[in-house]
Amino acid sequence: MRGNFLPRVRWRVGRGPLKLVGLLGLAIAALLLPFVAPDPATTNIAVFTVMYIGLATAWNIMGGYTGYISLGHAAFFGFGAYGLGLMLVHLNITPGYAPFVLVPVAGLLSALLAVGIGWIALRTRAATFVIVTIAFMFMMQLLAENLVKVTGGGGGLGLPYSHDWGGDFFNTPYYYAMLLLAVLGLFVSWWIRRSKFGLGLLAIRDDEDKALAVGVPTRAFKLTAFVISAALVGMIGGVYAYYVTYIYPQFVFDPLIGISMVLMAFLGGLGTLSGPVIGAVLLEPAQLEFAYRLGASRLYLVFYSAVFLLVILLLPRGIVPSAAELLNRRRARTVVS
Amino acid sequence: MSLLEISALTKRFGGVIAVDGCSLSVADRSITGLIGPNGSGKTTVFNLVTGFIPRDSGEVRFKSRPIAGLGPDRIYGLGIGRTFQLARIFPRLTALENMLVPVRRAGLRAVLSHGQWRHERERAMEMLDFVEIAHVAGTLGGALSYGQRKLLELAAVMMAAPELVLLDEPAGGVNPALLERISEHIRKLNRQGVTFLLVEHNMSFVMNLCDEVVVLHQGKAIASGKPKAVRENPAVLDAYLGT
Repeated sequence: MRGNFLPRVRWRVGRGPLKLVGLLGLAIAALLLPFVAPDPATTNIAVFTVMYIGLATAWNIMGGYTGYISLGHAAFFGFGAYGLGLMLVHLNITPGYAPFVLVPVAGLLSALLAVGIGWIALRTRAATFVIVTIAFMFMMQLLAENLVKVTGGGGGLGLPYSHDWGGDFFNTPYYYAMLLLAVLGLFVSWWIRRSKFGLGLLAIRDDEDKALAVGVPTRAFKLTAFVISAALVGMIGGVYAYYVTYIYPQFVFDPLIGISMVLMAFLGGLGTLSGPVIGAVLLEPAQLEFAYRLGASRLYLVFYSAVFLLVILLLPRGIVPSAAELLNRRRARTVVS
Repeated sequence: MSLLEISALTKRFGGVIAVDGCSLSVADRSITGLIGPNGSGKTTVFNLVTGFIPRDSGEVRFKSRPIAGLGPDRIYGLGIGRTFQLARIFPRLTALENMLVPVRRAGLRAVLSHGQWRHERERAMEMLDFVEIAHVAGTLGGALSYGQRKLLELAAVMMAAPELVLLDEPAGGVNPALLERISEHIRKLNRQGVTFLLVEHNMSFVMNLCDEVVVLHQGKAIASGKPKAVRENPAVLDAYLGT
């Protein structure tokens, strides 16, 4: 029953320092991880987990705050991946740290694409919006497959990679790049949630017509959230492309990537800051493990659908809101007794 | 002087003419009642004035400026607020957050400014206090009683200091004690300079509260004037009693 703009209530006193210590601990653990567990198998899982923290957080800025469920965010992931890949190939960028400088450009390209897609898709609501975003994602996939002269088509696009990085170190720069983008996504999400803009987005989620009636410029707000979300996803797509060094249309404009970020945000808690992080930390390592063990049969997809069903049935609001409600109930019971 | 002027406003839904060349005006700093039988077009007039549905023809002027064709957010920005027939609030936001959503002449700076934000919180708490629901500031909108929602909706619409407020059935589904409180809040705000145009079926509420009454029948304004005169107007009696 309590929200963000509350006057301080008693049980919250003293939680601040604890939260700060917890966050500091998590930050130190995240920063030291490649030194503590440098083997490539572990850092590879870390790269993908942090990547999905960033993706789910970025998706949440649109889907969680406004309630507009985009299942086509892989379009921006793929566009960022191809954007960075093509820049590296055509601009003859020396592999190493230099390509990371171009990651914001990949984000900018995805943001521009989002202006176009959002301009059209955001004229629709609810299920229609979901379908339109999926359609755009497949259009991008088809374009990447058919513009052979530009993208290499189904044959894929190879990116240069640094031969100086080897062994245990190879994954480390990508890990920190992904971590930086995840932190950027979290900061942007936190800042939006605290701003009047963020409150407008939440109002749109609750009742868009009412939001219009109290002056919220809903189209501008939705488009801004969509573009910010897409820019972050595009940057992450760029780093992903540089990490895997070879990209194919069906693996970057991949509906599974789009669905994964949604599922993680749902599992953790839509519209919350920590929900997408928790969802990604729980699901991505599990997904990698299942894909590793059952990959050839793609049976891991069964695991994914089972998780999705369980979330919808048992935790429709996600872990964070359900846990908060449980805590509040316990506290209320303690106060009564 | 008229704050709002509606002239020859028309709206058709398929073969039904919901508003048929309706003309009326709302005097500045008045409380004007818009009454009429069910289906006479009252809510449609509200939706046309606030930009929720496009007009077919006619003109709407606010402070002598044509506003027909503008979107609801722009119209709110010009100073026209509205409430809905069934109190609409944001259920997953707290009462205080509900108060902070309204945006008027915001611009990027105001949307991002933290100074303005603090000032708005203070004003929001003052307004909640004014409608006597400050004690539920931290409660989610969805957990409020219907009466509290009505008061919250009224308080929230006042946040951006509109000059004209359109109230759609403020007395609907409200008990007599709360009704008296709502009347009192409207009177107080009116004394502070806010003009009200309200749609209402509760005749004693309208007759006690309003300075002017406009009667709609089949999409047309058929009478207007002081409440007592309108009540005795034969055309109005015909419309209501169907004689």
